Amino acid sequence: MAKAIIKRVLLLIGTLLLVTLLAFFAFSVIPGDPTEAVLGMDATDAQIAAFRERMGLDLPLWQRYLKWLGEFVTGDFGDSFNFHMPVAQLLLPKVGATLTLAALAFVLIVVLSIPLGLLCARFAGSWPDKVLTVLDQLAMSVPGFVLGIGIMYLFALVLRWFRPEYVPLSAGLLPHLWYMLFPALAVAIPKSAMTVRLLRGSVLGELGQDYVRTAYSKGRSRSSVLWGHVLRNAMIPVVTFLAMTIAEILTGSIVVEQVFGVAGVGRILVTSIGNRDYPVVQAIVALVAIVVVCCNFLADILYRVMDPRIDGR
Amino acid sequence: MMLDIRDLSVVFHDGPQPFTAVDRFNLQMDAGEVVGIVGESGSGKSMTAHALMGIIQSPYAEVTGKALFDGTDLLSLSPRQLREYQGDELSIIFQEPMTSLDPTMRVGRQVEEALRVHGKLPPAERKARSLAAMRLAGLPDPENLWDAWPHELSGGMRQRVMIAAALVLRPKLLIADEPTTALDVTIQAQILETLKDINRTEGVAILFISHDLAVVRALCPRVLVMKEGRIVESGPTEDIFRTPREDYTRLLISSRPTRTKLKGGGVHG
Repeated sequence: MAKAIIKRVLLLIGTLLLVTLLAFFAFSVIPGDPTEAVLGMDATDAQIAAFRERMGLDLPLWQRYLKWLGEFVTGDFGDSFNFHMPVAQLLLPKVGATLTLAALAFVLIVVLSIPLGLLCARFAGSWPDKVLTVLDQLAMSVPGFVLGIGIMYLFALVLRWFRPEYVPLSAGLLPHLWYMLFPALAVAIPKSAMTVRLLRGSVLGELGQDYVRTAYSKGRSRSSVLWGHVLRNAMIPVVTFLAMTIAEILTGSIVVEQVFGVAGVGRILVTSIGNRDYPVVQAIVALVAIVVVCCNFLADILYRVMDPRIDGR
Repeated sequence: MMLDIRDLSVVFHDGPQPFTAVDRFNLQMDAGEVVGIVGESGSGKSMTAHALMGIIQSPYAEVTGKALFDGTDLLSLSPRQLREYQGDELSIIFQEPMTSLDPTMRVGRQVEEALRVHGKLPPAERKARSLAAMRLAGLPDPENLWDAWPHELSGGMRQRVMIAAALVLRPKLLIADEPTTALDVTIQAQILETLKDINRTEGVAILFISHDLAVVRALCPRVLVMKEGRIVESGPTEDIFRTPREDYTRLLISSRPTRTKLKGGGVHG
């Protein structure tokens, strides 16, 4: 286990270096310059030169990267060019909103797809399964932001379950979560559809195993076999899948935020890319990478707990 | 009479033609008796056992006839009523000890499972009873094995775990469906010895199913020979060995494993 943790930490560091490096160099390749965004078209050469020196933009790329990295490691994310404030201070409330949205979406995926997957497997081939299969195909093929618009229309404008105006955390935890539930649905539905398919197949595969026959022979009922034996075995590939989708949930949340006007990382990321405000973009990229790698690490631990055959390898 | 099976038939309706896997099977067994069913693969012997146990999963299978167990017809019971018998008075062990245990559940909990499912004994006493069953099944040091995972055990040990789990509620009848086929010869002999002891000391009746007449001869005083779903011959095992009436039986006797075959079979252990 200790070995696995060390391996993961090294992997985390490697991933972070690679991802931030890529983001950094991508910025130097695409056209545009932060000076223009901040100072405007009419700035004099002297103003531009002064700004570039102040921001360290006159240094070669590799030096800039190392400087950024050195500061990042010590917890200093730098200052935003555009918003004239420390990146950490700028991002903190927004990161919270995005993570809340992603976490809510993840919970929804688990809560929706496990019972539905079991239901599909339990009634495989009969009408509930067929109906869900069609719905599944539909849900899988609609992108999250389109679904977001649909949800906004149905729940906000037709049913009036919520007002289409962002409710921040400062307005209270429950109102905030209630508002976030709808964008979370938009993120969760396509992913749930995939998870339902996977779990259905996995459960059906497990139901044909010999240990299921043994469980029946001990006097267990169908549902007792399902909950007592099959689910745990069938969840092993599903957990791996869910861990892999965490990155997509996070990026999906960033897109869906735009539709719902959530003051999360999404909008500021888009603005900052437009303004070439790379300290902000770098910080977001690094944070996303940290979250994704950490979630994969958690999944790895869970996977070992669930499948005893993995341990000791 | 403990078990009285009359005209048990199993017909599958999943093809263009109905397929009769078991055709009017009859068997009477007394408490504590050991009876063998022998036949080639596909002769319907396992299907008979699974029908009796009520664990045929195919929705296309039609089971008819009677199987009176202490006077109750098992085949006419509702699934809920049948579950009262499964794993309690009636239990079964299978051919594949490697896959018949849940890979994600610790050995002890699987031995204990029938006690939990049937809500027998207070939880505190379940472990002691389960450990006793493990000892009876010939598992050394059951306390240490309690928290082991199935994949950590050898094939023979796993089959002993299966036996312990099947015995934990002290059944009247144990169905052993080719329990030694997947094991190597020395282990096979030890498991047979264990089953013999269990029959002798606990008085558990055993319905022993095998394709190997030599194995059946070592354990069962009485045997039924099955072919294509029908009983073709039955009687005391020694008589059938000495004077088989059917060519098929003669074939089974002559095809019992030779030395070379036994060596080949040992690879699976």
